[in-house]
Amino acid sequence: MQFSRTKPPVPPNETGSANRNSSLEAKPLRDLVRSFIRHRSAVIGASLVVIFILCAIFAPLLTPYEFYTSTRETLDDPSAAHWFGTDDLGRDIFTRIIYGARISLWVGFVAITGSIIIGSFLGLVAGYYGKWQDSLISRLFDILLAFPGILLAIAIVAMLGPGLNNALIAIAIINIPTFGRLMRSRVLSVKQEDFVLAARAIGMKNSRILWRHILPNCWTPIMVQGTLGFATAVIEAAALGFLGLGAQPPQPEWGTMLSDSREFIQLAPWTMIFPGLAIMLTVLGFNLLGDGLRDIFDPRMKQ
Amino acid sequence: MLTYTLRRILMLIPVLIGMSLITFSIVHAIPGDPAKTIAGDKATPEQLQQIRESLGLDQPFYVQYLNYVKGLLKGDLGTSLITQVPIAEEIGPFLAATAELTIAALLIAVFLGVNLGILSAWKQNSWMDYGAMFIALIGVSIPVFWLGLMEQWLFAQQLDWLPSYGRVDPRLGFEPLTQFYVLDSLLYGDFHWLQDVLMHLILPAVALGTIPMAVIARMTRSSMLEVMRQDYIRTARAKGLSEFWVIYKHTLKNAFIPILTVMGLQLGLLLGGAVLTETIFSWPGVGRYVYDAINQRNYPVIQSGILVLATIFVLINLIVDLLYAWIDPRIKYGKE
Repeated sequence: MQFSRTKPPVPPNETGSANRNSSLEAKPLRDLVRSFIRHRSAVIGASLVVIFILCAIFAPLLTPYEFYTSTRETLDDPSAAHWFGTDDLGRDIFTRIIYGARISLWVGFVAITGSIIIGSFLGLVAGYYGKWQDSLISRLFDILLAFPGILLAIAIVAMLGPGLNNALIAIAIINIPTFGRLMRSRVLSVKQEDFVLAARAIGMKNSRILWRHILPNCWTPIMVQGTLGFATAVIEAAALGFLGLGAQPPQPEWGTMLSDSREFIQLAPWTMIFPGLAIMLTVLGFNLLGDGLRDIFDPRMKQ
Repeated sequence: MLTYTLRRILMLIPVLIGMSLITFSIVHAIPGDPAKTIAGDKATPEQLQQIRESLGLDQPFYVQYLNYVKGLLKGDLGTSLITQVPIAEEIGPFLAATAELTIAALLIAVFLGVNLGILSAWKQNSWMDYGAMFIALIGVSIPVFWLGLMEQWLFAQQLDWLPSYGRVDPRLGFEPLTQFYVLDSLLYGDFHWLQDVLMHLILPAVALGTIPMAVIARMTRSSMLEVMRQDYIRTARAKGLSEFWVIYKHTLKNAFIPILTVMGLQLGLLLGGAVLTETIFSWPGVGRYVYDAINQRNYPVIQSGILVLATIFVLINLIVDLLYAWIDPRIKYGKE
């Protein structure tokens, strides 16, 4: 349980007192890093994620082209000049894919952070206070979970109007109950721990107990689920883009690119193959990383 | 069992009310005026006002909602703005198309998923295990719409093995009876129709079934591994039962509850994934019906279509819950 208290590790060559204090907390962290490095699929997942993050950050340095400029070289085969070929407007597909990484990772990150914040807050309240707060919030989660996710997202975007930001909001909303329920169940078990009972016995305020004692002990599963949720969010964003409800042209969003490619599949299959591959590898990376983190943090789940 | 069933059904009521409220509010917040959609661009303000009054759009929100619920209870899902046909009448064939596709996808997913999981658990840590789990990992990471497009490109365009659009070749003059085309062609006893219908079904069903297949395979593997360590499995082996019987009778039977749960959850994913799959393969199901309605601002259809799909999803989950409370009596006492 103490794993989830993420204090920064203190380098061993610091002053003696700090060293002595840190030795208890830094050791599990060192162990965690070691078991992470030994976990092959976690490392592969993390590498994939890092590659896409680097592509997103350094996109302008990685390509001589711009993602929005049309040229006359339409639907060119993959070649040395255009690694992944060009699309119907003569835009370099490799360029559009690495710029697309910015959009997908951004949407995934913001949407999932949003769901985690709102979901965790609701789950915390439901689990800690119980009673009517719990019934109300749990019913809300039930209702949100009663819709197949993508269908609710489509409905929300239909209401807000198509666009990347609205897709992001929709994805955040549909993922709230996942984190909310997880947080609620964690809180329910942590609430029974001795240190919480002790804090209550000495008359500590509820808000302080929640922030100082309960929340820090609930983060691990949320973090693991957040990594897996990132994968889902990337697919959901691409799905909305594919249906024309997410990012709008000329934004180089992977789902939108796939949808544009549909007319040219026979003529230029690379317009369809590479954006899809990008989505799959990103999702695969987050799935592997999430599975790995779960194995490392929660060995009971491991098979 | 009866009290548990009743309690589960009672718990459904607030969920259904909440769902209807959400779909109703969402649709009523959609920008654009339904009256204009009906009357067209050339309508006069008086005509628009008349349409609003006849639809009750000039009444306050809660009155509109109560009328809507009153209608729902009578089985009235509203009227399509485009075709002017009651949705309850119109939606039938679309529902059947989605049901047929979903069932086909689930059958593929369960058959392949369970067997892949069994293979993996049986030969744990062998190359077969790694191979099967690699397939499952790709399966959970692949976007259904990309898989659909890849299938169309490979199997329909490059190899020309299977059709890529629709439910049946229109040139065959197929006349639906129950709207379940596979069943219909069997009822007619027409082998050519059956073959054509099945060939149309394969690509979308495989696309839609892949994610659930992968999830079921992973769940089957871990559940089987757990059961295989039990004493009674060792006993079964010790008394000389063949490996086949040990796996399929003793182990699978006891490993099945978590697998069943996953299947129930996956059905929801299938209903959601159907929207995307139906769009790609021009499959005339509810997903496509709703999707077209969004583009046409056909509010009643969006509202009722989503509500119908969500209700089906909730009912399936209820059935799955009751089913495994029935299989495993510990569950109904364990719950609050």
